[in-house]
Amino acid sequence: MVTNVTSFGRSGLYDWVVQRVSAVFLLLYILFLVYVFATTPDMQYEDWQALFSGNAMRIGSLIALLSLCAHAWIGMWTIATDYLTPKMLGGSAGIVRFLFELVCLIVLFIYFVWCILILWSI
Amino acid sequence: MLVSVYRYNPETDKEPYMQDVEIDLPEGKDLMVLDVLQLVKDQDASIAYRRSCREGVCGSDGINMNGKNGLACITPVSTIIKKNKLVLRPLPGLPVIRDLVVDMSAFYKQYEKIKPYLQNDEPAPAIERLQSPEDRAKLDGLYECILCACCSTNCPSFWWNPDKFVGPAGLLQAYRFLADSRDTHTEERLADLEDPFSVFRCRGIMNCVAVCPKGLNPTRAIGHIRTMLMERAT
Repeated sequence: MVTNVTSFGRSGLYDWVVQRVSAVFLLLYILFLVYVFATTPDMQYEDWQALFSGNAMRIGSLIALLSLCAHAWIGMWTIATDYLTPKMLGGSAGIVRFLFELVCLIVLFIYFVWCILILWSI
Repeated sequence: MLVSVYRYNPETDKEPYMQDVEIDLPEGKDLMVLDVLQLVKDQDASIAYRRSCREGVCGSDGINMNGKNGLACITPVSTIIKKNKLVLRPLPGLPVIRDLVVDMSAFYKQYEKIKPYLQNDEPAPAIERLQSPEDRAKLDGLYECILCACCSTNCPSFWWNPDKFVGPAGLLQAYRFLADSRDTHTEERLADLEDPFSVFRCRGIMNCVAVCPKGLNPTRAIGHIRTMLMERAT
């Protein structure tokens, strides 16, 4: 058993399930948005506002946002543990990977708060 | 035919280089790559490579031929030759000991980690542990692995994390014992594989399936392990 404290759920199975479930939800959400765009040829601000101000859309968008953050974290963590390793970077790999993960976390958190502010201001 | 061979002797060479050797292929014969290597060795006896059974059973002569891993002894030159040139390199991702000979320690360590032997806590019966033909059939496509390392050394996940990711060869054997009706340590075996690296670093690109000289399917075995882990957790 290989342990790692920075993975999303500290379990490979948990991360794997979260990544797949979040991917499916994001796909459905994107398909829904594409459908709305395709069926509303002359989209105006009012249409856009009406779509996003409904509670169902808010909940859907919030789940999509959570899915995106979890999916991105697991993906970026995987990339970091593949490429930012002592084999690639030598002795400084640990600190480089930690900083990279920290930046990813902060960026994801900013996106998360920012999106919620936007969604709830509509 | 031009054969370009990877050469590196850590005692005398600063860095690896490619040595070009011109070979005359006999008319009307499709040689195996191992035969070509012998012809190269006839010209330059200093070249080092592993070989033993020369019929695809021992798994000693796994090398990278024109970019694809395989066993030199059962790969006909005609199937891989490009522009009348054959480029021979050691298996990628493992430290080179000399020329085409690699240090397989990391590969064997992962194999050892999955406990590749039957574990059964029940008292041994007077005769052998019996297995139904159906249960025995579950091991087909798993036990045939000869540990040549062609699959694991063609897997980017194994290149990046050879100390953490078990690799396709190890995981095929892990499933071979998980699927065995005579093994009683399924729970411990699964617990050892649940972390983010051992199994889940597989991204399913199926390089292992594409190169396995025995035609085995480690990706499918990894899928079965994931399913078992999922069933165990739900």
